[in-house]
Amino acid sequence: MEQWLSSVIDPYYQQVLMLVGIYIIAALGLNLITGLCGQLTFGHAAFLSIGAYTAAILTRDFHLPFILSLVLGGLMAALFGILLGIPVLRLTGDYLGIATLGFGEIVRVAFTNMKITGGAIGLAAIPRASNLINVTFFVILAVAAVVLLENSRFGRALKAIREDEIAAEAMGINAMWYKIQAFGIGCFLAGISGGFYAHLLQYLNPNDFGFLKSFEILNFVVLGGLGSIPGTIVGTTVLTLAPEFLRFVQEYRMMIYGLLLVLMMIFRPHGLLGGVNFRRLLRRRKQKATALSS
Amino acid sequence: MKVLEVKEVSVAYGVIEALKGISFSVEEGEIVALIGANGAGKTTTLRTISGLLRAQKGQITYKGRDITKLPPYKIVELGLTQVPEGRRVFSRMTVLENLEMGAYVVRSRSELKAGLERVFERFPRLAERKNQLAGTLSGGEQQMLAMGRALMSRPELLLLDEPSMGLAPLLVREVFSIIQEINKAGTTILLVEQNAHMALSIAHRAYVLQTGEISLEGPAAELMQKPEVKRAYLGE
Repeated sequence: MEQWLSSVIDPYYQQVLMLVGIYIIAALGLNLITGLCGQLTFGHAAFLSIGAYTAAILTRDFHLPFILSLVLGGLMAALFGILLGIPVLRLTGDYLGIATLGFGEIVRVAFTNMKITGGAIGLAAIPRASNLINVTFFVILAVAAVVLLENSRFGRALKAIREDEIAAEAMGINAMWYKIQAFGIGCFLAGISGGFYAHLLQYLNPNDFGFLKSFEILNFVVLGGLGSIPGTIVGTTVLTLAPEFLRFVQEYRMMIYGLLLVLMMIFRPHGLLGGVNFRRLLRRRKQKATALSS
Repeated sequence: MKVLEVKEVSVAYGVIEALKGISFSVEEGEIVALIGANGAGKTTTLRTISGLLRAQKGQITYKGRDITKLPPYKIVELGLTQVPEGRRVFSRMTVLENLEMGAYVVRSRSELKAGLERVFERFPRLAERKNQLAGTLSGGEQQMLAMGRALMSRPELLLLDEPSMGLAPLLVREVFSIIQEINKAGTTILLVEQNAHMALSIAHRAYVLQTGEISLEGPAAELMQKPEVKRAYLGE
């Protein structure tokens, strides 16, 4: 199967596509926390790294099967997410953002100083177990899960908390508990994403998971449109591919990338697909068509 | 029977004492109004009852049960629902979704449907706009939505925080007549209002709150005649 794939898709493009998929999984998690539930977090990369290191150590040193390590890495990230969430989710808005930013840095420094993670040298010789098939499979699984979640009773409660936490509590929603759950699920997805990342690049360094990475993932979600699942997917794809397709401009690459972000925020401040309700859009199209014909 | 009893409740924000040991009660089937000027502690009182704020001292009992330390979501499950100040509808959710949120503690599908029918009957405007985003409704419609949303949980005691706020006089009258109808249908109501005239005209009994203390109480019709109430709150 894999051999057949590499005969159809160039290995370089395979790698890029896998990265897109891996970031989509992480961004979907962040979209759940920030987009749907409205909790600002700047430490998403930390959970990516927790999942990445956990899964990598499990496959490399303990020879556990890849998928099992991946799920355990996700659970480890979720566990840390919940442990962090219990104290910090009492905070709101920017305060929560700063607290999660701080946590992200703590994790990075901890991984730099731990023996089992290889410290500052990093963790090398991780088996290459990520391939386009298992990444795609998990992307589909993650998309299906978040779509189901969003349209459930649970998802509605998260939206209500985003809109107005006090009113949500007045409706009988245990806001704190729901926020912790959302945070846990979001971190689980980050952990899964990290596991794939580790088994794609085969090398981990704590510095790859600093706050810049957290902001990069936040960028994906904001550019696509906070709270929109299709937006998150499109945003991640565009922003992951852009630096690759901009390689021809060489050193101006990141400048153009930055310019793209600035222009985006000016012309579509709610993101590419933010505030777009597909069902309503279709209805409006129909109305326009009938109005024109009559 | 006393549905709600507030005994010697004190609440402070840091060092500022907002409520200085207030006591009052609400009987089953009544409309009780809590009136007072800005900063008298009216909203603080309601938020403390619904569990959004903690009382430092005193006790709140609902149907004989101590609810002083219960979290808000447990209090809603007991049948005590608040319509918060400034309406606070979920603006990026549709009218229908808002109402469904109101029925969050209702688990059965059929009860949810029955609740929706009841609310749409009382507020036909909401039925017309059920697929519209709540943030695009007018102020009056948002107030109706906030009330309809609260009714979805079938409360036995409804707390209303400033339902007249920011509404045109004609709409205020409409909202208050709806409050009376809700009461006649069997819901006990505790109403907090700055618009003392409207509140006293529909309430059975009332309390006057002044800088964290209850200064006057009695049947609403009697309070309306008192010179000190007339002077301070009715603008005569």
